[in-house]
Amino acid sequence: MPNGMFINVIIQDKIKKNKELAKKIIEVCPVDIFELKDNELNTKEEFLDECTLCDLCINIVKDDSIIIKKLY
Amino acid sequence: MSILIDEGSKFIIQGITGREAVTMAKELIDYGSKLVGGVTPGKKGREVHGVPVEDTVKAFTDNQKIDGSIIVVPPAFTTDAVMEALDAGIKLIVVVTERIPRKQVAQFVEFAQQQNARIIGPNCLGIISPGKSKMGGIGGSAEATKRAFVPGNIGIMSRSGGMTVEIANSLSSSGLGVSTAISIGGDVIIGSSYAELMPLFDQDNDTKGIAIYSEPGGRAEILLAEYVKKSNRKLPIVAFMAGKFMDAMPGMRFGHAGTIVEGKADTTEEKIIRMQEAGITVVERIEEIPMKLKELIS
Amino acid sequence: MRFYEYESKQVLKKFNITIPSGGIATNPDDAMKIHKELNCEVVIKSQVLSGGRMKAGGVKFSANYETTKKYTEEILALTINNLKPVCVIVEPKSGISQEYYAAITWDGVEKKPVLIFSDMGGIDIEEVAEKYPSHVSRTHLSNLKPIYDYSAKIAVSNVGITGKDLNSLSRMLKGLIDIFNKYDLTLAEINPIAKLNDGSFIALDGHMDMEAEARNYHQDLLTELNINKEDTRQSRPPTQFEIDGAAVDAQDTRGVAGNVTEFSGNLGLIIGAGGGSLTLFDAVTNAGGKPANYCEIGGNPSVKKTAELTKLIVSKPGVEKIAVMMNVVSNTRVDIVARGVIKGVIEAGFKPKDKITIFRIPGSWEEEGFKILNKYEVEYVDRTVSMYEAANISVKKMQEEQ
Repeated sequence: MPNGMFINVIIQDKIKKNKELAKKIIEVCPVDIFELKDNELNTKEEFLDECTLCDLCINIVKDDSIIIKKLY
Repeated sequence: MSILIDEGSKFIIQGITGREAVTMAKELIDYGSKLVGGVTPGKKGREVHGVPVEDTVKAFTDNQKIDGSIIVVPPAFTTDAVMEALDAGIKLIVVVTERIPRKQVAQFVEFAQQQNARIIGPNCLGIISPGKSKMGGIGGSAEATKRAFVPGNIGIMSRSGGMTVEIANSLSSSGLGVSTAISIGGDVIIGSSYAELMPLFDQDNDTKGIAIYSEPGGRAEILLAEYVKKSNRKLPIVAFMAGKFMDAMPGMRFGHAGTIVEGKADTTEEKIIRMQEAGITVVERIEEIPMKLKELIS
Repeated sequence: MRFYEYESKQVLKKFNITIPSGGIATNPDDAMKIHKELNCEVVIKSQVLSGGRMKAGGVKFSANYETTKKYTEEILALTINNLKPVCVIVEPKSGISQEYYAAITWDGVEKKPVLIFSDMGGIDIEEVAEKYPSHVSRTHLSNLKPIYDYSAKIAVSNVGITGKDLNSLSRMLKGLIDIFNKYDLTLAEINPIAKLNDGSFIALDGHMDMEAEARNYHQDLLTELNINKEDTRQSRPPTQFEIDGAAVDAQDTRGVAGNVTEFSGNLGLIIGAGGGSLTLFDAVTNAGGKPANYCEIGGNPSVKKTAELTKLIVSKPGVEKIAVMMNVVSNTRVDIVARGVIKGVIEAGFKPKDKITIFRIPGSWEEEGFKILNKYEVEYVDRTVSMYEAANISVKKMQEEQ
């Protein structure tokens, strides 16, 4: 699991393989945090700290399958 | 009272579907500005935060009176957007976009003069009449704007958008408020400089004093001094001058496009002398502005 | 961005304005070759972006090849106002019967271009305007109407010139107007225009300045003149630190974090935005601080960009500590800047609390930003502490250390 200095984005296993959902999440993030890697939704380490806390990804999953964790 | 805009002013955003413009639209609506829609060619039929998007300015002006337009399009499309608004009869245009070559700015400013319209900017944050309306990104979110800008009777004119907010903040923390604040823009050629806006403040009975942020480069401060000498009203004006270090560095450009010292008249030293001769109080620090204004108004 | 005289003359030539024959040389042998081809007395002129060349010894006349070599060597080695020449022009010395002045520049008050013309060229135009006002004409040009020949004619006629000279000079001035308009120039000047003994007119010296914002619109011309992107043509050439700063800013298009100017002090500044930076630089200097740099951040830059800028500044030789200050921000986010600055300091191998003297950026998302600063024990102040006071705190901390 990649780590940021200020922000961690935790994706629960249950949604990782849902390609439809993954596509929406990748599209909505204004700072390109998400990517599809080996057919699984993943985060890009170098972009984690760019998270603007906009919650757009959380609004898509509507539950705790994505957790934005502040490390401060 | 206030100048240029109030609670009744209706306006549109040209370039409303861009990233910055979408945020701005939300901030304006939240603040209570009467934003009736926006224009982005090819995006007719969409909505941005509940207001309609049209392909042309005329689509709005054909059916209703539009008082103003905010231009938030990339530099290469700005002149076209301003010309379209002017041709559609809009009389107040705030140009937010920066990095427009001055020949193009001069073109739409001259056309505006012919149409009896007024341009604010380019390279500015816009206008706010606190508690009534704002036009442009000035102050940011509605909440932040309310925190920095309290309604009152001081007019602000500033060549820096950020410093407009800083000054408003220093006024409100000393118990003063703002009638209208205008971020006039940081470019060499702008639609309305201090001397062109001062007559409006002079006619506004609720404005009791003026705060100004000024910089090296250009003649705006000297023209203001000349206007003040001739004006009858003699509103108290307190000015802050930034960039004193630039006097010793001719030819170097810092900050805005308009700040470059080319001759003696561009230096802060000369501008301060000329403003003081005209009776304008020049302070050393932003926080002295409210103190001096209180003294001068009472 | 300023053009060298030889570049300006190339542009004049494109618009059918007569310029002297001759060429440019970067060494004495080439200069001598040009002299031989011209086969007459020559003038050798330093190509340097500075006024006052004549006084400084950057312009010399030479009748024989040996002195041409000697003068070229001397001129190429001569720095004028700290600027080095890039080459010399070698041209025939002209037989002149009269000199004129012509320039187009922006009148910021009228918001229009103004054509300035005088029949007393070769000397300081402001001095001429003061002492002999009837010898200087000022003609404003419309931004909207196409410019016709008559505007140039009026300018020439207004100083009392008629006959054949009126027509020749008008043609030359109209060419200059076209150049000014076509290339988004902020100055197009020919000083002097010379009337030669045979009655013809020639542009003896040219000076042009293109607006930085317009560079992208005129790539063809810049390529033709061999001017590359890195060549900023500010009044002094950029330092490596400044080039690195520009590279940081160019990394992505989100916001601004760059536009650094190098100074020699020990306090690194991460300041913004346009007006705020000018105010804060003054405040630091006023408090007795010694800035290591000027810079601008604004428009909510990415964390990465702010981090890279911070790294550049905190790693600059001689920088002991940094100060992070802005005016009350509206669209730049306090937390995003805080993340960037802290990341930059850590990645450069330092502790944020040791390196950051003060963090004064109040405004949007400040609660979130202050949480980050708390975690890294960085001293910060909110909007109740003025920019001036924040600068004082920073400078005091620097002084206490010593």
